[in-house]
Amino acid sequence: MTLVIKGARPYGEGEPVDVLVEDGVITSIGSVKVPEGAEVLDAAGQVLLPGFVDLHTHLREPGREDTETIDSGSAAAALGGYTAVFAMANTDPVADNALVTDHVWRRGQEVGLVDVHPVGAVTVGLNGAKLAELGTMAKGTAGVRVFSDDGVCVADPLLMRRALEYSTALDAVIAQHAEEPRLTVGAQAHEGEQASRLGYPGWPASAEESIVARDCLLALHANARLHVCHVSTAGTVDVLRWAKDRGTKVSAEVTPHHLLLTDDRLDTYDPVNKVNPPLRTGRDAEKLRAALAEGVVDCVATDHAPHAPQDKDTEWNAARPGMLGLQTALSVVVETMVKTGLLDWRGVARVLSERPAEIGNLPDHGRRIAVGEPANLALVDPDAEWTVRGAELASIAANTPYEGMRLPGVVTATVLRGRITAREGKIR
Amino acid sequence: MKHLLATDGLDAETATAVLDTADELKHTLLGREVKKLPTLRGRTVITLFYENSTRTRVSFEIAGKWMSADVVNVSASSSSVNKGESLRDTALTLAAAGADCVIVRHPASGAAHRLSGWLAEAGTSVVNAGDGTHEHPTQALLDAATLRERLGSLKDRRIAIVGDVVHSRVARSNIHLLHTLGAEVVLVAPPTLLPVGVEKLPVTVSHDLDAELPAVDAVMMLRVQAERMYGGFFPSAREYSISYGLSERRQALLPDHAVVLHPGPMLRGMEIAHAVADSPASAVTEQVRNGVHVRMAVLYHLLASEGAAA
Ligand SMILES: [Zn+2]
Repeated sequence: MTLVIKGARPYGEGEPVDVLVEDGVITSIGSVKVPEGAEVLDAAGQVLLPGFVDLHTHLREPGREDTETIDSGSAAAALGGYTAVFAMANTDPVADNALVTDHVWRRGQEVGLVDVHPVGAVTVGLNGAKLAELGTMAKGTAGVRVFSDDGVCVADPLLMRRALEYSTALDAVIAQHAEEPRLTVGAQAHEGEQASRLGYPGWPASAEESIVARDCLLALHANARLHVCHVSTAGTVDVLRWAKDRGTKVSAEVTPHHLLLTDDRLDTYDPVNKVNPPLRTGRDAEKLRAALAEGVVDCVATDHAPHAPQDKDTEWNAARPGMLGLQTALSVVVETMVKTGLLDWRGVARVLSERPAEIGNLPDHGRRIAVGEPANLALVDPDAEWTVRGAELASIAANTPYEGMRLPGVVTATVLRGRITAREGKIR
Repeated sequence: MKHLLATDGLDAETATAVLDTADELKHTLLGREVKKLPTLRGRTVITLFYENSTRTRVSFEIAGKWMSADVVNVSASSSSVNKGESLRDTALTLAAAGADCVIVRHPASGAAHRLSGWLAEAGTSVVNAGDGTHEHPTQALLDAATLRERLGSLKDRRIAIVGDVVHSRVARSNIHLLHTLGAEVVLVAPPTLLPVGVEKLPVTVSHDLDAELPAVDAVMMLRVQAERMYGGFFPSAREYSISYGLSERRQALLPDHAVVLHPGPMLRGMEIAHAVADSPASAVTEQVRNGVHVRMAVLYHLLASEGAAA
């Protein structure tokens, strides 16, 4: 299978070049004569990036196939420029054993639009009481390298210590949903002026920061790898900086919505804005952007969380937290990081592809655009804009907070191992 | 006025119009044996309560009946909220059944706002009868009516709101309304019972009730829910009572004209001394009586005076 990408600018730098892809590998960059029978992607004016990698996706299969399936989620991912996603373990049944993780991995391969890497649960049933069989999942077909109880925090410090220690033998990372549960009982929104005014029980920033601080100390002690999911507060950034300076093997992700949206949006009481951790203040968002630019926060992860209408079009308390993210992530990063001058396209490649691939231990993703490298790629039209319509997204669910919003940056094509998976907004 | 969802954002003109109507209704009905006005004949008012509150529901029910509305009481257990029985479906059912107004009490903050959205197409009015820890606007209006009666204007009056402010929808509604009507509000509570960001509200804050009492025109005591006492918000009922209870000794610190309010039900002995609750300064029974007139006035402005009152 041969593909020629004509006239794109890798990382948005230099003169336009042609990229020749043969059998899934980049074999030539420069001026390429199109071989007979080759597929051609006309990419004039477009930016060529390594395909994106999402460390934090909820694909809902098994269990909630009415909101997302590995099929529909893979399509959303491909359309969003992704070539690999990590599917969170909080499915039903929970991905706390190799039967489930191998099933998810295999379904991902069958669909074939993105590499679906299952995240294994840290504890059995996400109950926070007993370690799941991490080794069996790591040694299974799926080769699980990321473990997380995401949705809930591994709150017991001793269990977290053991998980971190145990993971070092598996070359794995423990991804923590940092939320001290005692401090967030009944919490509905960021604890602050806005929640107080609207009468929402508050989710204090310190509930996240205290767990991140604790876990960083435990990870340093165990010489283990810790990944902090969806960092949402300015204070967490300070903790991460401090921990990294001390040599802690800690990485962190921020979601697109925490970069762009704030708790100002809660006035409508519309649960489309309900997410966990909650939307924070403008000051938090600003500091998260700066931290991402600087590398204190390593990467962007979507926390793509599809929900059915009956779980969202409700009163606030009854609504499930979460919002779609796969097809809007690039645009939100362009809006918050590129247009503001905080990141260039090389930076975008770092936060959407290279760092998440490193953290998730994926040798074939997040690679440089160079001869001999696997052709997992995303093409972006930097000047185009689009209007978000939840109903038109590939996910089964439609819960996007960006409904009707005009956003910059359009993913025009995605290439997985030399094969076009999405082009011009359509799945191939 | 299409809905009454909150006092946050309710302008002084509308609030005053409602209070004036309540006054008029009160005088109209004074001494009448048959308390029945034909104003809302043929209109259907539904009370939809997801939390038990006999006093509020009955007050609305009487208000509706005294204006000849057809009042239907619907109570739903709050547990059904989490069992997939959706408020939205209930709303659509009530609209389809022809409700002109839905009076809703719900444990979720913002539930009344959501309901008004779902009912927009049907044109049904919504009254918030208490949503989570957000607001309880008719309680604030009846408190204001009571204070107006006792003090005349609220302009430049100083009102202390005492106790569990953070969990109190009554406090939130009162803070906004009293401010809108020109009063100064001082919140008196331990730091654990004050909302985060309280400094952004139009209030001053104090932890010393004794120091505040000599300079206030009214004291509004709040209800302390039993679960707060064991939730570590304060060490004990005894200590709370010593620090924030309105004892007879404390009442003596008040100016002679000062009014004592309590939204009820009162924890006598802890929040408020028995003798204080029953003293001439206490306006607790007037609050209940005014509650009916204020709710009549609200229904009037929502349903009877289309185009008349803004
Ligand atoms: Zn999470």
